[in-house]
Amino acid sequence: MKELRDLRSTAPESLTSQVLLEAGLADGYVARSGPGGEMFVAFNERGVSAIQIGADPAAFERWVEGTLSRPAFLVRSMPERLGRAFDKALATGRLGSLAIDWSSMSEFQQKVLRKTAEIAPGQVRPYSWVAREIGNPKAARAVGTALARNPVPVVVPCHRVVRNDGHIGNYAFGPDVKRTILEIEGLDVSSVERLADRGIRLTGSDTTRIFCNPSCSDARRTTDRHRVEFRSEQQARDAGYRPCRHCRPAAA
Amino acid sequence: MIATNQGGAGFLGEMDQLQRSLARDVDDAFVELVAEFRDGLFSGVRRLVPQSVDAEDICAEAFLRAYRALVSMSPAEIRRLDLAPWLWTIALNLCRNAARRRARKPWVQLDAAWNGPMADRGPESQALDRSHLEALLETLPSQQRAAVVLRYIGGLAYSDIATATGRPEGSIRSDVNRGLKRLRRMEN
Repeated sequence: MKELRDLRSTAPESLTSQVLLEAGLADGYVARSGPGGEMFVAFNERGVSAIQIGADPAAFERWVEGTLSRPAFLVRSMPERLGRAFDKALATGRLGSLAIDWSSMSEFQQKVLRKTAEIAPGQVRPYSWVAREIGNPKAARAVGTALARNPVPVVVPCHRVVRNDGHIGNYAFGPDVKRTILEIEGLDVSSVERLADRGIRLTGSDTTRIFCNPSCSDARRTTDRHRVEFRSEQQARDAGYRPCRHCRPAAA
Repeated sequence: MIATNQGGAGFLGEMDQLQRSLARDVDDAFVELVAEFRDGLFSGVRRLVPQSVDAEDICAEAFLRAYRALVSMSPAEIRRLDLAPWLWTIALNLCRNAARRRARKPWVQLDAAWNGPMADRGPESQALDRSHLEALLETLPSQQRAAVVLRYIGGLAYSDIATATGRPEGSIRSDVNRGLKRLRRMEN
């Protein structure tokens, strides 16, 4: 006769995930495709908690566990509302009503990332811009670190922050992915890089006498004939120009 | 022969440690609690509910109720818990409710009864993917079945089964003995 204790069996794997997900002790995740390619998106009741481009499930799970100190389980789909807000955020390049789980981040990182989320798609800003905008003009380096550790890339667009010299710079998933996303968003990356190569950080219009970040939507409306180039804020001010109120290339 | 051994050595020490971790930080240690009990709870629950009831759902609900209870307890209360019997009390209640819900819905065919032995279906008519012993187990009266299942599949001590079911330890011992005798008799 088969022994009674042999009737002890293994519970299905889904039992653990079901319990931990419902108790809020684990995050669910799904695969999505976005401008940077295939990505995994983790979420919980607070919102989207983690995103990685091009990872495999095991690596993603390890990374989530390391970053959020919570396990992540592959689930069938995102909750409907969150999923809709996520699709919209991808399509528009803006957070909109998409909820983000900020709880794993320090106050400083939250400030950096919330500010970064204000940069419009198709535009870029240097680290020093973010640092100044959050009231820490000397913290450009710390801003770089906070952005490099952005747990929710793509939707919080750390790819829109570039080196202070105007070069596109690095990205957690490689500079090529950063370039691709920016181009999909409508930025002419090569011309941005060409300006940076020539040491140009700001551009202005000689009709309005306003200077901008080169990728500011106002700067891009200026015709070639009226465009002026500056290597620094000081040079622009000396020429009698004032900073743009939209892209705020310098303190007003 | 029906085996009578249970949980390996060091089990109690591990339990203590788990309980101390829970008292320190429920959220942190709950993952361990689930890992520790999931197989035992699932195996046991599977033998206590009709086949039409999803044992996984019952276990998930039991764990969630346990979690909600734990987060509302003080560390001292958590340390005083009898973890295994406490979890089983929750699970047994859910098993009973599930069986009752089935009984109230006559159009859902009652599988082997939590409420008593099967009337006219012999173990032979049971699904083929279940062993002979599984089928026999389902013919035991509910209290005997619970006692045998908690003892041999859940791996609980008699005193823990008494705590879990709220019945005297003596009754549990005699239920287990009668249950085993019955199983052996039917087997022959």
